[in-house]
Amino acid sequence: MKAAVIVFPGSNCDTDCFHALRDVVKVPVEYVWHKSQDLPKVDLVVIPGGFSYGDYLRTGAIARFSPVMESVIKHANDGRAVIGICNGFQILLESGLLPGAMLRNKTLEFICKHTWIRTEENLTIFTGQMEPGETLCVPIAHGEGNYYCDDDTLKSLHDNSQVVFRYSSEEGKLGEEFNPNGSRDHIAGIVNKKKNVLGMMPHPERSSEDILGSSDGRKIFESILTALE
Amino acid sequence: MMFKARIHTSLKKSVLDPQGQTTLHALESLGFKEAKGLRIGKYFELALEAADRKKAEASIHAMCDKLLHNPVIEEYSFEIQESPS
Repeated sequence: MKAAVIVFPGSNCDTDCFHALRDVVKVPVEYVWHKSQDLPKVDLVVIPGGFSYGDYLRTGAIARFSPVMESVIKHANDGRAVIGICNGFQILLESGLLPGAMLRNKTLEFICKHTWIRTEENLTIFTGQMEPGETLCVPIAHGEGNYYCDDDTLKSLHDNSQVVFRYSSEEGKLGEEFNPNGSRDHIAGIVNKKKNVLGMMPHPERSSEDILGSSDGRKIFESILTALE
Repeated sequence: MMFKARIHTSLKKSVLDPQGQTTLHALESLGFKEAKGLRIGKYFELALEAADRKKAEASIHAMCDKLLHNPVIEEYSFEIQESPS
């Protein structure tokens, strides 16, 4: 398996993703600058977190039109794996690869803390190493992670088992007190209908080694590796 | 011909606007009891060139649909006037 990490002006989790892939799960990985028209031959594309284009206009709205995104969309439409983390999730929403949109956090605050997320679906290439209902401790760091979609979209997300992660307690209980940003139905991560594109606000790359306080995020990278090897 | 457009985007009525609500509460606590509702949006001033007003309007719609507004959460409106070139 090979991976590429896309770098936009303002990306700031690109080196963390690169490190988690290369040094933690031992996957050959390379950076791809957003101006590149083409992607190298890779199995997984990672769109990292950060503040691409300074979050101007809307988060992810400008990055979505970077030259490399045409290749990323083609890669996704060919059924190959894409994971967008934080700002990467926002870019995937703006590009239409995933349904819905992000609103400002309900509290209006930028929130940077560890959260618990519950695995809702383990029949995806991103979650095969977890049990359904298994909770992971993964940090968030965002000002706009308040996931929004209309009623029909929410129903279709559930009907097609596309809701992959929801904010919960450590024991997996759902509740407003465990939802950090006001996200609709406590959604922390979703996949597309074909289940080859994952967007999630929490940062698995920041929780892939014990020295970081949690290594739960590593399971997501290991799931991908196991599924794609 | 040169035109000047004032474009507004704002969250749809069905979408909660926490920023607007917080600002409304701030107005209320400053004593502006007459403030009954507030929604925050964005304002764009666009200078554009087009053969006529109809074409200018069509290209503003295209710009709004492609980039300036996110139809999942936002709606837009605009006014347009001819400007001296």
